[in-house]
Amino acid sequence: MTDTPKRTPLYDLHVELGGKMVDFAGWEMPVQYPMGIMGEHTQCREKAGLFDVSHMGQVILRGENIAEKLETICPSAFTKLPVGKARYTVFTNENGGIMDDLIVTNAGDHFFLVVNASMRRQDIPHMAANLNGIDVIEIFDRALVAVQGPKAVDVVGALCPAAVDMKFMETIVADINGAVCRISRLGYTGEDGYEISIPDADAEAVTRAFLVHENCEPAGLGARDSLRLEAGLCLYGNDIDNDTSPIEASLNWAIPKRRREEGGFPGAARIQRELAEGVARKLVGIKPDGRAPARQGVEVQCANGHTIGAITSGGFSPTIGAPIAMGYVSTAHSAAGEKINLIIRGKAQPAEIVSLPFVQQNYKR
Amino acid sequence: MTTYYSEDHEWITVDGDIATIGITKNAAEQLGEIVFIEQKEAGDDFAKGDEIGVIESVKAASEIYAPIDGEVIEVNGTLEDAPGSLNDSPEGDAWIYKVKVANAGQLEELMDLDGYKALIG
Repeated sequence: MTDTPKRTPLYDLHVELGGKMVDFAGWEMPVQYPMGIMGEHTQCREKAGLFDVSHMGQVILRGENIAEKLETICPSAFTKLPVGKARYTVFTNENGGIMDDLIVTNAGDHFFLVVNASMRRQDIPHMAANLNGIDVIEIFDRALVAVQGPKAVDVVGALCPAAVDMKFMETIVADINGAVCRISRLGYTGEDGYEISIPDADAEAVTRAFLVHENCEPAGLGARDSLRLEAGLCLYGNDIDNDTSPIEASLNWAIPKRRREEGGFPGAARIQRELAEGVARKLVGIKPDGRAPARQGVEVQCANGHTIGAITSGGFSPTIGAPIAMGYVSTAHSAAGEKINLIIRGKAQPAEIVSLPFVQQNYKR
Repeated sequence: MTTYYSEDHEWITVDGDIATIGITKNAAEQLGEIVFIEQKEAGDDFAKGDEIGVIESVKAASEIYAPIDGEVIEVNGTLEDAPGSLNDSPEGDAWIYKVKVANAGQLEELMDLDGYKALIG
């Protein structure tokens, strides 16, 4: 993509707040603010952080039998998804790999989807081609803001009392600061929080209104990545992609019993076989013993020096104060407690397989 | 004592034939919060341009390149357990190496403070 990076409706506000702007998936986004990645990360774990995620693709589906039709391209179940509830799912390809991961919301007279920024150009035509009779409408005039952290309920609740009693994965349409917003109680940090879809024209005013709260500070993509890694949440393109299956990625929970039995989604043969016979490799948590971060692409060896896999995401955990990583390893070496070596700059660094998440998720159930 | 600067954002303070090397405040700011450093050991020889260490921040890994030829005579061992001091005091307590200068002529190829300030704008 050589296009000029796009700007979200909050671009001017990011610059005003001292955001360090970088090109991410074709968008000029703040990687951090003056508080710094570690400070923003801790803010989000202890109070509330506000993230602009307007680069993500917001999509409306309209038509008859949307749930049934979505089930032909996703392995999750939607026919009994109640109005006002959201669900995590993936698009699978014919080989059972993951084309993208997304959130699907039953909004009553339509479905509302949020897909990855980097995959918008794939997902929209993919749905248009495969959801016969459904109008696939990409939304270009709404921002998306995430308020995440244990104090998010106070920050959002101060402007929208209806948000307080919502539960995890519930969604409502409500007025915030005079703007009609879709508010969903979910996120990508492992914390309680909300993602709020706001008309472009109101986005800056609503965001400023959130930031007025003493417990709310802006946070950038850097903190977003370290937060989701601590929470053991996959990043599309790193931890899941067209080659990895949902079973290898331990996303079995997104595929309910009926769908496992009936199939009827792309790549069902592989996924059913992996459910029955097990997988050759698995996505696991990895905790280096030392201080050296192990980043994407680092080779993983077993204690005997054989290659057993590679790191797909890795960095420094501000909460733990040490490096953490995720990666695929052969199933024989995937049990928590297994001692492994990470080959960092040519040297074997000892590490251990650990269960995910690294930091306990804190959702409002 | 004279302080020189490299294009790789290191400072080199020379006292006789001993140079102290660290990263500049500007480099530390660009790297972001530093969480790890890998250093060479006392006695290691190196040539100008060799990789003589790695600094990792919350964002990414960056190599440290030797600004001159020399030999490590002392390593600042406090950095291993407190890499964040590279952000707090990059041009002070958080020096990285003391080295024996092998080729004093190379120092003249480095920048002075005004030259470095012009480089970073």
